[in-house]
Amino acid sequence: MENAKNLEEFQAKIDAEIKIEPKDWMPEEYRQHLIRQMSQHAHSEVIGMQPEGNWITRSPSLRARKILMAKVQDEGGHGLYLYCATETLGVSREQLIKWLHEGKAKYASVFNYPSPTWADMGAIGWLVDGAAIVNQVSLQRTSYGPYSRAMVRICKEESFHQRQGYEVMASLMEGTSEQKKMAQEAFERWWWPSLMMFGPHDGDSPRSSNAMKWKIKRETNDDLRQQFIDKTIPQAELIGLKIPDANYKLLENGSYETSDIDWEEFWNVIKGNGPCNTQRIKHHAAAHDNGQWVREAAIAYNEKKEQKLKSA
Amino acid sequence: MESNLYKFCLRLADTSFILSYRLGEYVSHAPFLEEDLSITNVGLDLIGQAESLFKYAAEIKGGGITDDDIAYKREESEYLNFHLVEYPNEDFAFITVRQFFMDVYNYYLFTALKNSSDPTIAAVAAKSIKEVTYHLKRSRKWMLRLGDGTEVSHNKTQYAVNELWKYTDELFDMDDVHQSLVEEGVAIDLKEVQEKWIKYVDDTLTEATVTKPEHVKHSLVYGKNGGHTDFMGYVLTDLQYLTNRYPDATW
Repeated sequence: MENAKNLEEFQAKIDAEIKIEPKDWMPEEYRQHLIRQMSQHAHSEVIGMQPEGNWITRSPSLRARKILMAKVQDEGGHGLYLYCATETLGVSREQLIKWLHEGKAKYASVFNYPSPTWADMGAIGWLVDGAAIVNQVSLQRTSYGPYSRAMVRICKEESFHQRQGYEVMASLMEGTSEQKKMAQEAFERWWWPSLMMFGPHDGDSPRSSNAMKWKIKRETNDDLRQQFIDKTIPQAELIGLKIPDANYKLLENGSYETSDIDWEEFWNVIKGNGPCNTQRIKHHAAAHDNGQWVREAAIAYNEKKEQKLKSA
Repeated sequence: MESNLYKFCLRLADTSFILSYRLGEYVSHAPFLEEDLSITNVGLDLIGQAESLFKYAAEIKGGGITDDDIAYKREESEYLNFHLVEYPNEDFAFITVRQFFMDVYNYYLFTALKNSSDPTIAAVAAKSIKEVTYHLKRSRKWMLRLGDGTEVSHNKTQYAVNELWKYTDELFDMDDVHQSLVEEGVAIDLKEVQEKWIKYVDDTLTEATVTKPEHVKHSLVYGKNGGHTDFMGYVLTDLQYLTNRYPDATW
């Protein structure tokens, strides 16, 4: 009975657009959904440092180097806010990382694609961050307070990233024929994976209904994907990139129709068979394991200091 | 014939630039996320310092050369950074010790260069000292944690100090280039920096329970004169990859 009353009050708050805060009562399923979604989001930011980190040392100018390094640092910072926000649900960062390494927690599948050229730095910023923003703008209104506030902060930085990525692409498209080729190929590599970032069609998205009812999620996968497509195609055309889809067309309502996503590839990469799945987790786990003695040293040093203070 | 001031700029700029390269290489490899962010911060500050000095070097050289041309389009023997910063990211102890040695050096160097008779050098020093003060605070703390943490961390730190010590010789070498700039009031006598450096490093090592190694004369041609360790060729191959591969492109 108590539970039914709690649930009713909880839903009333959600319906009244009152944020749920860490100490408020919440259904266990709501908590679990948030832990899964928020930690996946945090891991995505952190794993996302790798494909771009791949080009920091090879950045071709001082300006490009500073921007890329600052951008990758921002992603790490986003990961940090999101880990902290997830910890408000009663789970430690250590545990979340353990689940990541064990394959129990996921991260955005898009980061399982490689970044073979400098143009990928443009395509990732423009398309991957661009797709993330569409999703994150919507999540600013999510019902869980700490998540919503983290999103507000993150969105400000992501829109800078997207502009930075687009600027890289635009300048390549004004460059030599080799640079143009590089940009077009990177666009083709990242176009479909970025559309996949919004997830399966709404009908195939198993957890959508409660997430919508509880306003964790505010818009459907397909709606968000369409917003991204409609925003991105004109940007691509403006700088002379060719859309890698023979069937795309502009509809009368100003929206674009596109071919369907290759869902077989989508599920295959999610299942762990993408080009870089193993590499990404190995990299993260190695950094974590190599850092074990450093974390232990920091703890031991602090304990020694406390001991000294006590005995003084 | 390059001017002494040009060489002096490059010695400072290249040292910051190559160290920032090493820190950039470490992104996403740190022991935990907060540390990843702060190492990147230090790397970004160092690129900023290098950039100001490359700009100034480009101005001195003239003829339409840019800061990027200088940063990216030189022969290995034209890079004038210290050997110390070429040393790879062998582990977190090496990264910390390398950084600490450079931070103490930069702290005393830039403090003195604030009074340089050259207004650009003085301005770069004044800006950099704020950043370097933070860098030093951070790396000193890590020296203490690692040196006086666990037995494992202590041994790793002692080993890194032993291995990197020989490269610190170069930091204080006074050659004709430097001497003439000291006389003009542009540069500072490195013996003064050395005294302060040794005192500060000594104090920190003692507190960190790490033993200071014996001084050994390091016999190679110094980086500041264009001689480099075997590591440098790989750094430049990577750093100059795009500018070498596409010489006509701008980015």
